[in-house]
Amino acid sequence: MLQLTVNGRAVAIDVEPEMPLLWALRDHLKLSGTKYGCGISVCGSCTVLIDGEPVRSCVLPVSDAVGRNVVTIEGLARDGMHRVQKAWIEHQVPQCGYCQTGMMMAAVALLAKHPQPTDVQIDAAMTNLCRCGTYARVRTAIHALAKQPVGKTAGHA
Amino acid sequence: MSTSPSRRDFLKASAALGGGFALEFSFPLASWAADGASAAEVNAWIVIHPDDRVVIRIARSEMGQGTYTALAQLVAEELDCDWAMVSAEFASPNEHVRRQRVWGSMSTGGSMGVRSSQDYVRRAGASARQMLIEAAALRWQVPASECRAANGVVLHEPTDRTLRYGQLASDAARLSPPAEVKLRDARDWKIAGRSLARLDIPDKVLGKPVFGVDVMLPGMLHASIAQCPVFGGTITRIDASAAEAMRGVSKVVREESFVAVVADSWWRANEALKKVVIEWDTGSHGDASNETITAMLRAGLADPDLPQARTLGNTGAALANAAQVIEAEYQSPYLNHATMEPQTCTAWFRPDGFLEVWTSTQNGEASMAAAAAAAGLPLEQVEVHKMMLGGGFGRRGGPQDFVTQGVTIARALPGVPVKLMWSREEDMQHGFYRPASIVTMKAGLDAQGKLVALHTRIACPSILKVLMPGALKGGIDFTAVRAFNDMPYVVANQQVDYALRNGHVPVGFWRAPGQQNSFYRESFVDELAAAAGQDPLAYRLALLKPDDKNRLVLEAVAKAAAWGAPLPQGVYRGLAIADGFGSFTAMVAEVSVGAQGQLRVQRIVVAIDSGYVVNPDNCRAQAESNVVYGLGSILYQANNVKDGRIVESNFHNFRIPRLHEMPKVETVLVPSGGFWGGHGEPAILPLAAAVCNAISAATGKRIRSLPLARHDLRAG
Repeated sequence: MLQLTVNGRAVAIDVEPEMPLLWALRDHLKLSGTKYGCGISVCGSCTVLIDGEPVRSCVLPVSDAVGRNVVTIEGLARDGMHRVQKAWIEHQVPQCGYCQTGMMMAAVALLAKHPQPTDVQIDAAMTNLCRCGTYARVRTAIHALAKQPVGKTAGHA
Repeated sequence: MSTSPSRRDFLKASAALGGGFALEFSFPLASWAADGASAAEVNAWIVIHPDDRVVIRIARSEMGQGTYTALAQLVAEELDCDWAMVSAEFASPNEHVRRQRVWGSMSTGGSMGVRSSQDYVRRAGASARQMLIEAAALRWQVPASECRAANGVVLHEPTDRTLRYGQLASDAARLSPPAEVKLRDARDWKIAGRSLARLDIPDKVLGKPVFGVDVMLPGMLHASIAQCPVFGGTITRIDASAAEAMRGVSKVVREESFVAVVADSWWRANEALKKVVIEWDTGSHGDASNETITAMLRAGLADPDLPQARTLGNTGAALANAAQVIEAEYQSPYLNHATMEPQTCTAWFRPDGFLEVWTSTQNGEASMAAAAAAAGLPLEQVEVHKMMLGGGFGRRGGPQDFVTQGVTIARALPGVPVKLMWSREEDMQHGFYRPASIVTMKAGLDAQGKLVALHTRIACPSILKVLMPGALKGGIDFTAVRAFNDMPYVVANQQVDYALRNGHVPVGFWRAPGQQNSFYRESFVDELAAAAGQDPLAYRLALLKPDDKNRLVLEAVAKAAAWGAPLPQGVYRGLAIADGFGSFTAMVAEVSVGAQGQLRVQRIVVAIDSGYVVNPDNCRAQAESNVVYGLGSILYQANNVKDGRIVESNFHNFRIPRLHEMPKVETVLVPSGGFWGGHGEPAILPLAAAVCNAISAATGKRIRSLPLARHDLRAG
């Protein structure tokens, strides 16, 4: 059994250590908010936070997450919504929405590191692929968040 | 007719309850008591609960284009309910069939979601409003003409009485619908026409299980599939012994053209699939390549007996008499849709003989038909649960290959729900591709440089031949000839020849089918303007009729982009127009090209006349979407063919633009009324030509094939 901490909860799962974290989350812990897009760490749909850092879970062996704090979209807010999720609604960012959970996780990590990111920092951090074309609104939402005072309700992130 | 809340309500509710771990749909369905048994279906589109919640049924699919919300706005507008009380749900394909197709079309493509259902959904709203008014009048014993409805309440002003819709719905549901209703003038809209927040976004930002790949059922297993890498090939032999011994594997399913492994997680299924030894019979196409496909298209262009998609005047004579003749050849490669969510289908053969299917589909009814056919069941014994699509772009409409496969795999495990999901590699290499095509254009200009004759020859695989052969007319596929057979420019002599040449690569409706023709035509028009020594804007305006709506958007975009005004140093403009999918679109692209040939699309200004606009912000989002989707195909994307198979396998060699490449997009909505146009596709039509015309302005290089990755844009 592998002992994981996911969204603040200790869980034990009986899976192969080399199984990518993505599939442990989706199929074994039933946390389907984290998405499969490419399986080769290119698209970022599977982005989760591990100890606050954005990680592409499709190539990370689940054993590498043992003893670390994994946060998925489902655990981003303790109650209700994280401010990034609220901004995503405010700016009507998602279209199909498939890549957006990973996109938001990347944005949470970016804002934690750079509360007022420049466009260059946004370009460098937001490398997730979106086929629908939400990029301009992602940037707008991040800039809007940068202008907000950061509260203490940022969940496990 | 009164009804209890639908099964889908319950599924959504039980999915939402989980809020984290163990998000599983619950079966069987016990009772509706907790959700208010007296919710009333006023008509097929509208269910009103006693607490005034209004559920609007949506027959079309939602793939990010916003139709789910826009259609709800149109119904709510005519119903005149409180928008804050509105939610939406997908109409059931099974009920649709059993109720004589009461929801009209479920097909979601061609930018038709709003424009081809706006009339009947608005009538449904207006009809329900009238029935609610009549129910109130009966309750009060007053003439209905003394009552009116607004914001979810019926009022009787002479006695100052009111009744809420929730109090009236079950009475209204028992009344006959009015024989006729009057629809509101768009100028009086209160709910439609506004940038209301989309109904589907909150669940999506919360990461709720709304997509096809998110389906979770008790006891469900997962399947991964391997199809013959050469289209049309079959299996000769497999050795699944190693796979069958792997952890979690339940079954290896072998069919004529695919192998699927079913396991207790998708990763285990996919790992086991890699261990299945498969010998393929690649059939007769194992030698197909870019070269053989190009040769096939060229042979089509050389055919002297092609059918004509348009014949005006005498093009041959006019070309012979022209002061100047300009010729050019353009071409485009195959393109995959590459939806972010791979193809997926969950199927469950229930012990009672009923088949349930969950899938991301652009056409719930077509999915049901495919499922029923694969299962050998009558339609009435199949239900399709329409999930949110992680992108569609045409991939999930006509072809229902993923449903056929999903049902076929689940049939091997009766009683067990099985979720099939394709790997990205399968998705990239087993698409229904945007056709590769080659087009030649020969134009005659008069002494003033005006276009007087255009002879176009198009060699292009037919999408209709693959997906809707009955729609082919006289050997012409309208998707292959559009932009030429319906060209708005007034040119007395026109001939459009079409060579239908389909190779073994399956082709399909890729966002704005035929959009490559707009690239060819509008690039070539710039070539003609240059040959005539004229400004591209003035040249186009001179070819358009005075009252042509193309002219209005062209003038609107020229104004918004300040066409002709100085630009920052190193920035150049290009222009293009396109009408299609019911709307008129004109675009200005501003680009810069660096010393190393690096292209930067700085700004896109697009003007769109769709007649009416139901949700302006969503229409702008669709313009942004078309720009990014199109930009990938302009900059990077091509699906090459070698040894009969698609070369590209994942996003590392089928590149998608990233955030840092996104240009500024300014959308100018100029709805002129009187017609209903679409928004899901129009803005992609002029994009490639606008960008390449700007590149020509910047570098002097004329781009006649895409993607740009094949070209050197450096000076010299």
